[in-house]
Parts: sequence; C-alpha cells; structure tokens
Amino acid sequence: MIGLFKVKEKQREQAQNATRGGASVKKQSAGELRLHKDISELNLPSSCTISFPNGKDDLMNFEVSIKPDDGYYQNGTFVFTFQVSPVYPHEAPKVKCKTKVYHPNIDLEGNVCLNILREDWKPVLNINTVIYGLFHLFTEPNSEDPLNHDAAAVLRDNPKLFETNVRRAMTGGYVGQTFFPRCI
Amino acid sequence: MDAVDVSKSRDLDKLLLRHGNLVDPGFSPGPDLRDDIREYVKILVVGAGGLGCELLKDLALSGFRNLDVIDMDRIEVTNLNRQFLFRLEDVGKPKAEVAAKRVMERVSGVEIVPHFSRIEDKEIEFYNDFNIIALGLDSIEARKYINGVACGFLEYNDDDTPKSQTIKPMVDGGTEGFKGHARVIMPGVTPCFECTIWLFPPQVKFPLCTLAETPRNAAHCIEYAHLIKWDEVHKGKSFDPDVPEHMQWVYDEAIRRAELFGIPGVTYSLTQGVVKNIIPAIASTNAIISSACALETLKIVSGCSKTLTNYLAYNGGEGLYTKVTDFPRVNDCLVCGPGILIELDTSVTLSKFIEMLEEHPKLLLSKASVIHGNGNLYMQAPPVLEEMLRGNLSKPLYDLMGRVQKDTIHVSGTSLLNEQKQSFSTKLRVLFKGADGVADMDTAIGA
Ligand SMILES: [Zn+2]
Repeated sequence: MIGLFKVKEKQREQAQNATRGGASVKKQSAGELRLHKDISELNLPSSCTISFPNGKDDLMNFEVSIKPDDGYYQNGTFVFTFQVSPVYPHEAPKVKCKTKVYHPNIDLEGNVCLNILREDWKPVLNINTVIYGLFHLFTEPNSEDPLNHDAAAVLRDNPKLFETNVRRAMTGGYVGQTFFPRCI
Repeated sequence: MDAVDVSKSRDLDKLLLRHGNLVDPGFSPGPDLRDDIREYVKILVVGAGGLGCELLKDLALSGFRNLDVIDMDRIEVTNLNRQFLFRLEDVGKPKAEVAAKRVMERVSGVEIVPHFSRIEDKEIEFYNDFNIIALGLDSIEARKYINGVACGFLEYNDDDTPKSQTIKPMVDGGTEGFKGHARVIMPGVTPCFECTIWLFPPQVKFPLCTLAETPRNAAHCIEYAHLIKWDEVHKGKSFDPDVPEHMQWVYDEAIRRAELFGIPGVTYSLTQGVVKNIIPAIASTNAIISSACALETLKIVSGCSKTLTNYLAYNGGEGLYTKVTDFPRVNDCLVCGPGILIELDTSVTLSKFIEMLEEHPKLLLSKASVIHGNGNLYMQAPPVLEEMLRGNLSKPLYDLMGRVQKDTIHVSGTSLLNEQKQSFSTKLRVLFKGADGVADMDTAIGA
C-alpha cells in the first residue's frame, strides 16, 4: 500500500489548513446503535415507565420505575438505574435498585440477584427482557436466591409475617433494625 | 555513505530489495521502497504495555521511522518483569513517554511521538493521520473503540466496493497467558472486530446470591468483598481498581470472608486478577505475537509478501500450536459494512424520509427509528423519547445531518423483507443531490 500512502501524504500536505468536505463527526459505537434499537422497540407493561435523566442523546444511562399491580409489593414504586457499557450487548447492563426495599433478592445497597444480569446474560437478550425480569422479582420474590438473608428466611418460614414486613417497609417504617422510606 | 550497500538491517534488505514468488502484485523492490517506508509511513501503536513495548521496538527495528504511541497508564512495579523498556526508576511515569524515549535511544533515526492520553480523548482526525494502526491492547472495550474509529473513515463506491484510499488497516495483537492472536483488519475487505465479536467469550460472572450466601472458592470471596461489601461499607464512594488502598481493602475483606467459610487460596495477586479480570501475562507470548504483528505491518506497507488471511491463533501452553483462519466478513455489519445507498433531495424532511424507507425495495422498513452521529434523530418508542424527538420530523434531514453532502445514518424498525415481519436494523449511506458538500455553518446554526 506504499503507493497509496505516498499519494495520501501529498494530499495531506496540500489539504493542510483546508477543511474536509466529508463529515468527520463522531459515530455511535455498535453498542449505542444496538441500545437505540432495543429502546425504540421497548414494549413495557403499563406498570413500568422509563426515563432519561440526561436527555434524548444519552441512552446509556436511564431509570426504570416499576409499580407492581398485584402480589406482596402491590402499589409500591421501585426505581432501578441502568448503566449500559459501550461493549453492550457483549456485557449485561449494570442495574441497581435506587429504592430501598425489603426483598429477598435485592439487598439494602440495591444489588439485585437476577440471573440474566450476571451468569445467564447472553447478547441476544435485551433491555425489554431485563425489565420483565425485574418486574417478575416483585410478583414472584423467591427465597432460593437470597441477597437479603433475613427477608428470604421470613418469606420461606412465615409468609404472613413477610407480607406484614413488606407492607411496613413500603409505608415507611422499621423492619428489625432497618428503616425503609415510604415508597407507596 | 552508500545507502544501497550499507544498511542497518541486512535481513530487512532481503525482503525489500529482492523480488519473490509470494509478493503482492504491486510490489516493487529496491532502495526506493526502503526509503519510502522511512519517509512516508506513519504508524500509531495503541498501548505501551506488555505488547506495546514489544511492538514499538519491533516496528522501529523493521525500518519504520515515524511512530506514535498512545497509552493512558503509568508504570507500576509489577510491569517490570515483561515491559522491558521500563526500569525501576521509571515507576510512576507515563508508559508512552518512557517507551518512546527508550526506543529512540536504542534505534537511531527513529522518531516516536508519545501521547499520554485516553484513546477516547483524541480527536477522530488524529487517527486519520496514520497509515496503519497497530493495537497492543488488553481490553475489548478499547479494541471496539479503535475499530469503530478506523471503520468510520471507510467510504464505499456506488457499486458497494470500498474506496481503497479510505481503508485504514489495523493490525491487532492480543495475549492471555500462553495463548495469543495476531490479525489483520482491512475495513471493508477483511472482517472487522465487530464482525467477529463472538471470538471473545463473555466474561464469567458469578451470581450475586452465590457470593452473598454460598461462596465455594477464593474468587467468590474476592468478588463478595469487591461487589457487595465495598458498597455496604463505603456509602457512595466508588471502588477504583487502580488505587492500591482500595485493592488492599478488598483483599483484607476477602481473607476475612474466606476464613469464615474455611476457603483457602485468597492471595493479593489473585485479588488483583479477579477484580481487574487479569490473566498473568507471559513475556515470550507477547514477543511472539508482537513479531507477527510487526511483520504483517511490514507486509501491508511494502507488499513484500502476502498478508495473513486473516487471523492467527497461537497456543504455547503445551507444545506449540498455531492456526490461521480466514474468517468471513459480515456483509451487513453495522460498523464496517457498506450499508444501503440512498439518494435524497436536500428538502426531504425526516418524516418523508421515514415514509420512503417503507417503500424502499431493499428495506420495506416500517416504524423506523433513526440515529446519526450528530445525535438521536427519531424514536418510535418509548413515548417519553418520541415526544422529545417529534419536533425533528418536520425538519429537512439534510439540516439534521449537519448539511454535509454524504454521511452514514442508522435506522431500525420492522422490515417485511422476504415476506415476514422481522426486527431489522441497518446502516444507510445517504447522498444529497445538489449539495456541494461544504457545510454552510451560518445557516446550519440558524436552522
Ligand atoms: Zn464489521
């Protein structure tokens, strides 16, 4: 390619200080393009809403709020932050629960135990799948994959008490030593 | 001194001054070629770590005179065993600067410009200045970024063949322990990094609940300290793997955790390895992969031999195994593919454009969402974004794309191609009829 490089060098010298005719704006990464498609195809249940705190041009950081319409968590509002890396969908989005919640699969720091966010993530999955997965955690909390050990034990051994604890947490109050702000 | 007879490298002369049987059709051997390589070829080495040090040295000794090197890291003590350009007194200094200085001291006549910078912080045009980009990186993220930039320079002719003067060749090396690869990426000709992204298996991630409840090995204990315990203790302060105190804290916590569960094997270096996802680097693997990359660079430039087609896998773990695979391109790759050529009048509005996509025989795309380098132009959903972008629909696409004669744009939606509804996304090459290609800034801003 040396011949080509020599021609280019000459052109470069001539073109110095002249502006280029073509566009040289930054292009979106493959990850951003894929995310754009994912988000434009979102098909959310009416109990889920999405928002973009940084406006229309930053899709890589967004929030999803989930308001379950039945189950233990009925009428609570739970906000999740999504952080999507440039290597998406090679890597799963990073998801945290912003709302402090008494839940066997979500700890008090907002870490979420959902298999498709970690060990079972596949690039064919998308944002819609993740949001449905999160939604499912509220309709079917499970004591098998505990992140909040105490909540999981109560759910397993005494579902009635679990229900009471969830209500107390959601209306703003203490469960054991931990205070939960109102989210209902 | 007679330049033809006296050469610094006799072996290089054998490649560049004599004809051969496996050469490129355009190969013209002779002293001019050797001089032109010195004079006209500019190479960027991305990364000045284990591979980057080798690459810089190999390229300098292969007769290249104009080199640049970019790396954002500073030298650490643990680098010294394999990053042979660095000495104990260099610890804490930028890798790019020390590497450039050391090679220039040893190889006379070579000019190396160091850039102590993140690759994302350079203007796109910076990268266009180089004839070839050689990659000595250890992250997928950085490779994807450079690949996107290099493929961004690529332009296609009307018949979907790449314009040869817009091809920015990349030579990519990578190592993990005793394994490595070297590959040649000619955007538009051979598969780009994105075409073959599946070559990199996703990193193994442990379930958080396993870490929290049932750790079974040392890595589980480390990840517990790193992912769960850190946040619990350091409210709001994010973990930085490059701060030694942070790493030490995670190590101490991991030890505590391991004792609690009677798990052996937590060490400081394992902690670093798990947290930073590092596999121990082997100096000889770096040397072998780098030499393959430097040779491919010389072949691309000079035509003195056919280039690698297009991926060399190397495994020196038990015995020695190498294999070359000719991976295919993905023709509709969003990054390096030609996309579909569309000619438009400068007056066509975004909504008219979206309508046209429905009729286009190669697309039959309904409910299209549109994104361009300048930003997000339109989305069908979710309602919150649709509302924010609706105002664009009545504007001419020419204005929205910054009043340039031609550029690429990406669309996605539902396609009815092959008589079945399917989710579809593609790149388009938009050409505006009658536009002269020079942006009229005043009107663009006024629009
Ligand atoms: Zn590609």
